[in-house]
Amino acid sequence: MIVYDFLYNIVFNITQSAVAGDITAMVISAALPLLFLVLPFAILAVWLERKVSAHMQDRLGPMRTGSHGWLQTIADVIKLLQKEDIVANDNDRPLFNLAPILVFSGSYLVFAALPFSSAYIGSNIDLGIIFIIAASGFVVAGILMAGWSSNNKYSLLGAMRSAAQIVSYEIPTILVILTIIMITGTTNLRTLSEMQTGYFWNWMIFGGAGLSLSKFLFIPFMIIGFVTLYISTLAEVNRTPFDIPEAESELVSGYHTEYSGMKFAMFFMAEYANMFAVSAIVSAIFFGGYQSPFGYLGNTLGLTWMVPIEQFLWFASKGIFFVLVQMWLRWTLPRLRVDQLMALCWKYLIPIAFVNLIIVGLITVL
Amino acid sequence: MAIKTEEMVLNMGPQHPSTHGVLRLELILEGEIIQKVTPHIGYLHRCFEKHCEAMTYPQIIPYTDRMDYLAAMYNEFGYVIGVEKLLGIQVPERVEYIRVIMGELQRIASHLVAIGTYGADIGAMTPFLFAFRDREVILNLFEITCGARMLYNYIWVGGLSHDLHPDFVRLTREFITYFRPKIVEMNELLTTNRIFIERTANVGILPLETAINFGITGPMLRGSGFKWDLRKDDTYSVYNRFDFNIPIGEGKVGTVGDCWDRYYVRILEMGESLRLIEQALDQLPEGNVTSAIPKRIKPPVGSVYTRVENPRGELGYFIISNGTTSPFRVKVRGPSFVNLGIMDVLCKNHMVADVIAILGSVDIVLGEVDR
Repeated sequence: MIVYDFLYNIVFNITQSAVAGDITAMVISAALPLLFLVLPFAILAVWLERKVSAHMQDRLGPMRTGSHGWLQTIADVIKLLQKEDIVANDNDRPLFNLAPILVFSGSYLVFAALPFSSAYIGSNIDLGIIFIIAASGFVVAGILMAGWSSNNKYSLLGAMRSAAQIVSYEIPTILVILTIIMITGTTNLRTLSEMQTGYFWNWMIFGGAGLSLSKFLFIPFMIIGFVTLYISTLAEVNRTPFDIPEAESELVSGYHTEYSGMKFAMFFMAEYANMFAVSAIVSAIFFGGYQSPFGYLGNTLGLTWMVPIEQFLWFASKGIFFVLVQMWLRWTLPRLRVDQLMALCWKYLIPIAFVNLIIVGLITVL
Repeated sequence: MAIKTEEMVLNMGPQHPSTHGVLRLELILEGEIIQKVTPHIGYLHRCFEKHCEAMTYPQIIPYTDRMDYLAAMYNEFGYVIGVEKLLGIQVPERVEYIRVIMGELQRIASHLVAIGTYGADIGAMTPFLFAFRDREVILNLFEITCGARMLYNYIWVGGLSHDLHPDFVRLTREFITYFRPKIVEMNELLTTNRIFIERTANVGILPLETAINFGITGPMLRGSGFKWDLRKDDTYSVYNRFDFNIPIGEGKVGTVGDCWDRYYVRILEMGESLRLIEQALDQLPEGNVTSAIPKRIKPPVGSVYTRVENPRGELGYFIISNGTTSPFRVKVRGPSFVNLGIMDVLCKNHMVADVIAILGSVDIVLGEVDR
């Protein structure tokens, strides 16, 4: 929490008021991810997706803007900024304008509670995981608003599907997260990461720290939990094979068909920000969060200031690894149908997650 | 008080990413369940048949290209056979063999588009680009032969516009060895994919009885389990000299006649076409391809109906000659047009997403539906 303390001290020295220092430091530190993480990551991820898909499909992808087209997304953003902001007569104007803001802020709020490193977490709240789940629920309202206010049948269908999908898939997500809460007894993501310190066999996927019998009993159920969580988070961020809300071949672009310019860009950025957010949650819960799988270079060299930076890099690379897996899946798999999607959730994932929860509970009691 | 409910009318197309051109489907929906599908066609109508009456016989050939623009070679093939029958001329052996080679290459190219876009309709973009990458090789072969990549004007009455390029035989053999493993790759990537099977098996089942009543032909009819291929059953050109199978739908993963069967018949047909091309290349005789082209094409009074097995089904030409240089009437029996008629039957009680899957498995080309 070095960043928070640093900000607090500056403000406290100027105003001599603990409350002012607290509030200012909290707001600034929670807002930092927007500028330094969400936007750069969205730009990087869009470019990555285009390059990854291109190379999977025997293409080159963007090559003209900058070396290997790395400036392409920036050029696209500039283009989108210049575009006319079209609001049709039949659109429900207030809702139509509010929807992208809500969707974007929903995905951005998640970033405020992600533990990027031991020195920096946007907002170190004790209910970290619960906050993230609640904040991502925001997105549903935004998507429904977008679909309804667009006054377009395709948008409405897309929005309804999306709402049903996200609400359904939150259940297995929460059930898996509950198993972790049961084992660790904490909902604070920073504490959770600290518990998985040391080497990679202390990660939750390998049963957590310690060498008790329950650690080894946990391992198979942790793997089941991880797979369930990963599938349901895929569905929550509307990625293939669950990209039904914006199924291009059926619904044109689903709920954001009617949007243009920067509002469209906000939906777009929210999607990519979400991709990183859910990957980060998966890695924070199962893969040690910001912890390195094997000691830190900083500790070996005696340079302790290097450790938080290394932690940040580890966290980012774990997140990006899972994002790349999402891209890989997207460009390999076809899309499920909406009823099959629901069947997968209610018939398979929820029972599996529930049984997993009970078994892990029994092991914990033992 | 009961809540007033009404069905939703959804217009799919003409500007929709997966209606394969400018087709408009009027869907009557109950929630997401289809009650009725009405295809509205005519956005691409160019008066082909009327146009023919004002043109001479050779002038019509480029226009046939523009009907089914994904299988232009085969459109020329069918038309030219009809005119030759009217004229009563015999074409050299070499011409017949080259026509078969071109026709089968065209069949592979056309099926690649069908399979690739079908994958894209179901949501898998990568097979689409893989299919187009392989199709590109075939288009290059056509390009070295006649200079055009899509609309060839290559097969002429009584002959061909050019002889084969000196490299053609070698390049085609290279293509065959290159393409065989690609079919396996496509099967691994898409055909046997669990999600793909979920989406297509038992969807849009077309019973054989219904298929015959609607006059369905081509891979759709064979997908329903009926061995009917004009190349064998009403043989033309030199097809009777080759050994090839007619794949039919067997309901391997679902019911006979579902979308997966129709898709898989196309995959198998590509393999059979490769065999045909190989045999034709082996037997390719020497000769002059332009020697039999008549100086003046003026068929005697009479009429003829010829049909060929286009990649999409039975392509028929009914040509009436009144003894002048232009036909009195040309009527085309287009497979896409006839096959499209069954959409309503296939889609009933399916979901919106299935309409796309079914339309993709019908594999229409709007240029030929509207003509």
